[in-house]
Amino acid sequence: MKVLFSLFLVFGKIGLFTLGGGYAMVPLMERELCGKYLSREDFLDTLALAQAAPGIMAINTAILTGYKVHGVWGAIFAALGAALPSFIIILILAIFFKTYQQNPIIRRIFMGVRPAVIALILVPVFNLARAANITWKTVWIPIVVALAVWAMGISPVYLVILAGLGGYLYGRAEGETK
Amino acid sequence: MIFLKLFFTFFKIGLFNFGGGYAMISFIQNEIVHKHAYLSTAQFTDIVALSQVTPGPVGINMATYTGYSITHSVWGAVVATVAVCLPSFILMIFISRFFLQYRRSKTVEDVLKGLRPAVVGLIAAAALVLCNVQNIIDYKSVLLLIGAFLAVWKFKAGPIFVLVISGALGFVLYT
Repeated sequence: MKVLFSLFLVFGKIGLFTLGGGYAMVPLMERELCGKYLSREDFLDTLALAQAAPGIMAINTAILTGYKVHGVWGAIFAALGAALPSFIIILILAIFFKTYQQNPIIRRIFMGVRPAVIALILVPVFNLARAANITWKTVWIPIVVALAVWAMGISPVYLVILAGLGGYLYGRAEGETK
Repeated sequence: MIFLKLFFTFFKIGLFNFGGGYAMISFIQNEIVHKHAYLSTAQFTDIVALSQVTPGPVGINMATYTGYSITHSVWGAVVATVAVCLPSFILMIFISRFFLQYRRSKTVEDVLKGLRPAVVGLIAAAALVLCNVQNIIDYKSVLLLIGAFLAVWKFKAGPIFVLVISGALGFVLYT
């Protein structure tokens, strides 16, 4: 019981004190988890898997750590801890914002915020393109995916399946020619 | 009925979203705005903005907020948030049980190699889709977009700082 509660608290802290999620959480996770709940090697394995798997990285990390420490209940309490503070804060904000959405001051503010949101999404496109090692040979992949979603409204689900399958087949073909 | 649909939609997003919060924008947009028209582009953009400035995983914030906005009920928020986490739960516990030591296999590495460039495309699509007349209303919007982009790209400004400043500029510019 004590273990479950401490898992809840640790991931609550990780969930609450990181803005932006994902990689921003890694330093805090390292400080809170390494040595106490996971060995250094387990932590690196957990991170690698949490990041490679689908879903929300912080939640994946919580589930993996919780499960390792205290089975299914450990996973449930850790995931609840990671999700609950954000859930409550954003819910209060959502209820509040619904009431004031039509307020002229709020409307003016959000007319300024919306273009900035687009800019915030554009920056990681360029950063990730570098990290994903996109070259002149592979640049068609993100372009085709972007056009398929944007211009044709094709579900990202199909594109993810196709891309994964493509990567697998390409890897196999490459292996055979070697 | 709407709750069931919400559950399946977010379960699907949780299962197929490789690539984190920014890529998830494109999934939610496709399902919630494009396919079902539960929210307008401007409403959804506001959700993305508020999810960025609140603490915690962006994916949780967006699921909770979208669930609430569609149903106008706390239960909608609960359903969307649980549904987006559930695939992780099943997958992570399955992998932990059957692969005691997680080691990347060549197959996993190959699949990820295919996914990475696609994720870049998904995020680009999210930005393109949000560039419509609801969000880009005049030349001032265009200037704000370029300014915010340069602030983050060139001067490494944080997202919260950029959103707060652009909100203040919106208040001043749109009288």
